Amino acid sequence: MKIFKTVSSAMLTLSLLFVSTLSHAFDVPAAAPAAAIPAAAPPLNWHAIIMFLIFVGITLGITYWAATHTKTASDFYAAGRGVTGLQNGMAIAGDYMSAASFLGIAALVYFNGFYGLIFSVGWLVGWPIILFLVAERLRNLGKYTYADVVSFRLQQRPIRIMAAISSLIVVIWYLIGQAVGAGQLLHTLVPQMSYKLSIVIVGVLIILYVTLGGMKATTWVQIIKAGLLLGGASCMAFGVMLHEGFSFAKLFSDAVALHPKGIKIMQSVVPIGAKANPIESISLGLTLMFGTAGLPHILMRFFTTTDSKAARKSVLYGTCFIGYFYILTFIIGFGAIILVANNPEYVVDVTKSVLNLKGGGSMPAIYLSHAIGGNFFLGFIAAVAFATILAVVSGLTLAGASALSHDIYASVIMKGKADEKKEVWVSKMSVIGLGILAVLLGIAFEKQNVAYIVALTFSIAACTNFPILVMSVFWKGLTTRGAVMGGYTGIFGSIGLLIIGPTVWTKVLSMGPAIFPYDFPTFVVLPLVLIVAYVASVTDGSESAKKERAAFDAQMIRAETGLGAEAAAEH
Amino acid sequence: MSVIIASKIQSNPKYLELVHRRNTLGWTLSAVVCVLYFGFTLMIAYTPDILTTPIAAGSVIPTGMLIGLGVILASCATTGIYVYMANKTFDPIIEEIVREASK
Repeated sequence: MKIFKTVSSAMLTLSLLFVSTLSHAFDVPAAAPAAAIPAAAPPLNWHAIIMFLIFVGITLGITYWAATHTKTASDFYAAGRGVTGLQNGMAIAGDYMSAASFLGIAALVYFNGFYGLIFSVGWLVGWPIILFLVAERLRNLGKYTYADVVSFRLQQRPIRIMAAISSLIVVIWYLIGQAVGAGQLLHTLVPQMSYKLSIVIVGVLIILYVTLGGMKATTWVQIIKAGLLLGGASCMAFGVMLHEGFSFAKLFSDAVALHPKGIKIMQSVVPIGAKANPIESISLGLTLMFGTAGLPHILMRFFTTTDSKAARKSVLYGTCFIGYFYILTFIIGFGAIILVANNPEYVVDVTKSVLNLKGGGSMPAIYLSHAIGGNFFLGFIAAVAFATILAVVSGLTLAGASALSHDIYASVIMKGKADEKKEVWVSKMSVIGLGILAVLLGIAFEKQNVAYIVALTFSIAACTNFPILVMSVFWKGLTTRGAVMGGYTGIFGSIGLLIIGPTVWTKVLSMGPAIFPYDFPTFVVLPLVLIVAYVASVTDGSESAKKERAAFDAQMIRAETGLGAEAAAEH
Repeated sequence: MSVIIASKIQSNPKYLELVHRRNTLGWTLSAVVCVLYFGFTLMIAYTPDILTTPIAAGSVIPTGMLIGLGVILASCATTGIYVYMANKTFDPIIEEIVREASK
């Protein structure tokens, strides 16, 4: 229990750091009037709190173990490259399946039926592309960040700066989305815990995991979370099917009979009431597919495997876990229509709407767990949702810190001559900085409309990281000038079009009708990036461009055969 | 990696075959996944009636549910095919190339 003591004192110290900004975050349990809250939210959830503490205890124990086994930079960034295919597959699933996708897709099904399945498909199809085009080559060429791969034969400085900028924009915005989601979710699940306190707890825990245990701790937090989430969701889906006599026909016809929109939930291929927009659908598809394949925290996972063979297998495992998970959330959403809607225990006012739930729109899966397994199971699922946030945020923070320490500090500032210990130290400081930044931004964005965040992060990943990575690996002609100009076109093109698009321009900034009428700019920006990178490369007649083209053959030999690739650490 | 080993591999027909076969498989399967997924997306946009038709008279289950499920399963299946092919055919070729080059 010594670790608990260390941890609680560390938490106290860190929390004191936040006191100036969060002066009233810690007086909530005393200040909350006991009688006023339960009417709108579930009662104090001891099961959830105890199970959450167990999870925190186990993961901190693992962090302690990981800390004693993290000695080199390779240990810190890449878990010593000792992760097997199955472990990495679980960690991939744990890194990618967010609380938003678990609760969000179940809620989408609960309100819209069949459309929820259509929506979830887009989140899976990026994974095969990662396997077919980049996974093994990343492992063979890279060290710690995807910029290692792009700058393999190109000039270090400009490429690293561009890649670090795009990685950091993606990571920081993704973190904001996760932090806001964490604050809202935890506050809803355990109303006695305020929004701010929830975010601070998340921030403190991930700083502990990542600074002490690096990629080893992050990987195991993700593996455990994936196991809990898949196990919990499987139990829920099993409970639903048990209730429906293991008949899908009965499940769907019961849902149609009980849903206020009736058969419409089986006949709408867009959110009920929305209009289909072909260009927007295609652009969303491109964004999800290639965005998944360009997320820095996802790409980073491939440097942890023992070799390219394990990297390859891990995508198969990861894809199957994630696909299975989406099928479960679909069953869970329909189960919620049957077991949660119409139930006065969960619905705000059955006489007005049989769908509107206490605690808001993301609650169907949570209440379903209560309907199936009572308070105990509700507590378990709530703790799983919290674990999910911690695992995703840890992976993101480590990816952002690597961009700062490995790309900017070690490669740009120290020109590749940084001392390994110093580099890891910079990385740990970056983790603390990013953790604090995430907490502060999460609090600042509490009341903001954050709907554009997913579009922003996935658009930049799809328009910058993915195309530049693929071109650098497959196309001999790519030069530094092409990669840099293409990369910045992706970053600024995505951000610019998002700002003048409907969500930000019209809804967030209230500037009137949008100048660019689509939410997802990928269908314009991605082709533009390819054209810019191509033209800027073929017109590049410089001496260094000639050398870069000449160096392609050696790069390709290493990418294809693994000769010279970073070896797994001996332990 | 030394220049001699690199040039040995570069001129090894097995290496050229490996690159050709792996790239063909990778890009073909990528195209398959894109055609399936964007085909599905285009059906949503232009022929939603096909997707919403029940699979059988009297059933509430729409055809599109099976197609969507099919795309999910196809994503898993194509990754499986790639891993199977890579384990079975590419790994032995790579081993040979590396062995021959370091002779």
